[in-house]
This record gives sequence, structure tokens and C-alpha cells, in this order.
Amino acid sequence: MVSAMELYMLLPKTNCKKCGLPTCMAFAVGLLGREKKVDECLPLIEEKKYEAKLKKLREVMAPLENASETGLIIHPEKCFGCGNCVVACPVNVAAEPTRCAVGLGPQGEKVILRVEDGVVKCNNLKECRRFGPNKILCNACTATCPSKAIEFV
Amino acid sequence: MAICTGCSLLCEDIEATIKDGNITAVKNLCRKGNGHYQALKTDRTKPMIDGKEVALDAAVSKAVEILKNSKNPLLCGWSNMTMEAQAAGILLARKLGATICDTSPTCQEDLMERIMDGKIPTCTLDDVRNFADTSVFWGSDPSNSHPRHLSRFSYYPRGEKRQKSYEEERICVTVDVRKSATATLCSNYYFRQPPGGDAEFAEAVLAVLDGKIPKVGDKKRMIELGTLLRKTEYGVIFPGPGMLLALQGKMDLFEKLVAKLNEITKFKVLPMPEHCNTRGYYQLMREQTGFINGVSLRGGAPAHGPEQRLAAAAKSCDAVLAVGSDPLAELPLATARALTRANVPLIAIDPHRSLTTDAAKVVIPSAMSGLEAGGTALRMDGVKIAFEPLIKPGKPDLLSDEQILARIMEAI
Repeated sequence: MVSAMELYMLLPKTNCKKCGLPTCMAFAVGLLGREKKVDECLPLIEEKKYEAKLKKLREVMAPLENASETGLIIHPEKCFGCGNCVVACPVNVAAEPTRCAVGLGPQGEKVILRVEDGVVKCNNLKECRRFGPNKILCNACTATCPSKAIEFV
Repeated sequence: MAICTGCSLLCEDIEATIKDGNITAVKNLCRKGNGHYQALKTDRTKPMIDGKEVALDAAVSKAVEILKNSKNPLLCGWSNMTMEAQAAGILLARKLGATICDTSPTCQEDLMERIMDGKIPTCTLDDVRNFADTSVFWGSDPSNSHPRHLSRFSYYPRGEKRQKSYEEERICVTVDVRKSATATLCSNYYFRQPPGGDAEFAEAVLAVLDGKIPKVGDKKRMIELGTLLRKTEYGVIFPGPGMLLALQGKMDLFEKLVAKLNEITKFKVLPMPEHCNTRGYYQLMREQTGFINGVSLRGGAPAHGPEQRLAAAAKSCDAVLAVGSDPLAELPLATARALTRANVPLIAIDPHRSLTTDAAKVVIPSAMSGLEAGGTALRMDGVKIAFEPLIKPGKPDLLSDEQILARIMEAI
């Protein structure tokens, strides 16, 4: 996963404020939080000398486009389907205390994570602790993944 | 609720959607199990003699003919089928006076024998979930071999006495030659061993428990491990093939270690066979012949010894029946070569095309147990699980392993 610093290195670093933010670093953080878009950095789009940087930036940003509203990215090709995240997720446990909490697969529709066809799928994002402006930076699902198949932006 | 026979965990909480005899969607199935379910439609075998497709009856009568003419047949495999089929297999072996063997490493058998004799204490996976606070994965990587092991039983679920689970109350230790997927989950207690260094490691743990300074490994970390093991209330060791192969012939040392741990606190051992019903096979063999594996039933009285082990039996047999396993792919090269000697006819009963069915003289297709055929199987901890067939077999003449063995038996 890219860091804000890596994104900053691909920006003009002139602090021109045309994007509405005071510094390029702030813009990089905005990009990572998906509050800003690459096209909002006008010098990067307009000036020819930044062409290579723009290309690289779009490449780096491509995987972030697939992230869900909570910033969750699932790489199905890496997933073992082990269900560690399903059992560890506190929202899943609260939704199905007799199943998810004791290691069984969920039955209802209230859960966030569930394993379907051998890989993990994400539903009900609104229930996730990372949803919305007052989010809690919970990482129960990513910390318990043996193959790094799920990560947060 | 369906059951998965993809590995020895036999997960019972699978939700499968079936449309027109096809499985369209499955929930709660791990990647390995999903592959097992998908295999329902791929690479299925057809009845064959010498690579030419024939009718099922012709293939069965050819198999009967080979077994009848054989003086010293070897029946190997048995681990991927129901207990009913295994019982039919043992009856057949009695009738033929055959040698009967499975294809798992011999060292696993050594440990399993000690566990069944009660020399090494064991427990069920439900006990692990409810009471265990330390799980030691020694030479095993359940994230890959039994993907739902950690999430269903050994690390993440909340149990009766372990309500705070992995967050506060459970610790998972990995001893392995490489940083496996499981080791990444318990990086604080990952002990890397050189290949074959498990005996020294066991001695080092024994030394630490005796209050001595260990000879191998990082002394500080070994003492840390000793303290953790001493503080444990209910520990479970999950030995995998890595440890069993390294401790081949030195199982007494492991027994000594477990006994020492049990002087201090409660420690159980739960081996992790790979195939879905290896435990069932060992149990049945023990009940019916007195030995758990590698038994010759020639002349009535069961004989067990080095000559009856697969490596030796493969060289002396004059016909082979492979069922419920893929011996040529799983066994060491020398044994696999011995099984495919020019004048030894090989009969394979398998639902899927494999190395064994490719090399076999006679191939008899069977129904996949758990999906197309019902029965009972023993989970890795010895808990009996019964299951019904999930769907009807694609072809009406597809028989289960049990029915095929019964037909062969009848003809003989």
C-alpha cells in the first residue's frame, strides 16, 4: 500500500494552493483519504514537465480506486478463505454471537465480512467501525489475515 | 447445512445453493474446500482398461480377475473415504489375505498409535476452542493445510472459558523452518528451526523446563518460551508433518516432553492428518486388526512389522488396488516406482483423474464422498461426523467406494 509520502514525491511540491489546500503534503493526505482527486492538482495536469509524474501518480492511485467507502481493499487472488477476519470482526461477533463468535460461518445478512465461493466478500459497509466521519481505526480484519488479502487505504 | 470433506476438519456449517443438480454458490467454504466442491465437475474418471474406455461392469470384472489371480495383493490409500467403505475394504483384505496400508508418512502412524494407546494425552477440537490458552503449531501450517483451523478452533473463536479469545486470552506459538502464513499471525512467538532441528529444539525446551540453560537457539527467547509454557493453563500442541518427519524414530523424546509439560500444567497433543478420514481408518484398523496401519491379513492372523510397511510391501506385492488416495503423487519416488513395476497390475478407484489413474491398468470411477455419497467420517480429533449426500451423482451408474468394494467382494 502506498504512503502519503510516496504520493507527495509525485506532486509538484510547489505549495501553489490551487487545489484549495495549503500544501502539497496536505493534498497527498487528501488523495490517500480519497477526499481529493488527482485532477484537482491543476499544475500537474496543465504543465508538460510533470507529465511523467502524473503518469506514475495515476498508476499508483489505480488500486485505490477499487477501495470501498471504508477504504477496504480485498485482493481475492490472495485470499485463503480461512475466515479469520469473519470471526475476528467485532461487528460480525455482535451480529451473530452464537455463530461468528464461536468460529462458525455466519447465516444472517447483518454481518460485514463473509466467505463466499472460497474468498472473502464485504457487505453492509455502513456497519463498519471505519464508516463515516467519526470512524474508529479498527484493524481486526487486516491484522488477522495470514495472506494480506485485505488491507485498508 | 452441508459438510466439506476437503480436509480433516470436516466443516459442518457450509451453505450450498443447488440448482438442477449443480452447486451454484457456496458460503463459509474456505478456498481449499471450494476447490474440492468445484472438482465435482472437473477431470472425472471413466471406467477404463489399459487406457481404453469400457463399461463399468467390464472394469469391475477385470479388477476382480486381477485380485483373484494375485497371491500377495496390496490395498493402499483409504484415507479419503467414508468409514463404511473402509470397513468394506478391511473385509475385502481379509478375504484376499492382502496387505493393507495407507499413504500417509509412517511417522504420523507412530504418533497416532501412542495417542490411541493413551500414552500421549489428547483432546477434541471443541475442548481447544473452549479451554485452550496456548496453541503450539509445531512443523505445521494450518493456514494452508487446514485453512479454517485457526478461525474455527485454535486461535480466534471465543470459547466457554476463553471469552476474550485472541485479543487477550489466547497465545499461538509457531515452530517451523520458514515464516509460514500461520507464523505471520503469531510473530512474537515464532521459533525458526533449521530443517531437521526439531529434536534439538525439543531437548532445549526440556532443558528450559528443568531450569537449565538451553544449548540451541536464542537463550533469552527459549527461556521466554519456557515461562510461557509454565504459565499456560491448558495447552495444545498441533504437530504437523515437518515435526513428525524430523522426529522420525525419536518419538520417545516427544513423549518425554509432553509428560514433562503435563507435570507442570495441562498439555494435550492433536495431530493434524491431511486427508478427511485418516483418523477413521486408523480407528477401524485398530478395532478390527489390532494394529493401526501396515497390516498383512494373509493366512487369517494379522501381521504387522517392517515388511508390512508400505515401502517394503510395495516391492513384494504382485497386484495393487489404490483407493481413496493418490499414492503415486504422494509417496516417495522409490515406493511409487515399486508400485508401477512392469508385471504388477494397478487398479485405481478414484473419482478424479490423477497420476495413479493415469498409470493404472484398470480405472473404476467412484462417487465423491461427502458430495455424492453419504456416510460417516472421523474428524482429526476423533469426533464422529455423519453426512448425507449433497447432490445426486451426475451419472446413474456412478457407485460409491463402498458399493464398488462390495461388488468386488461379492464376485470374489
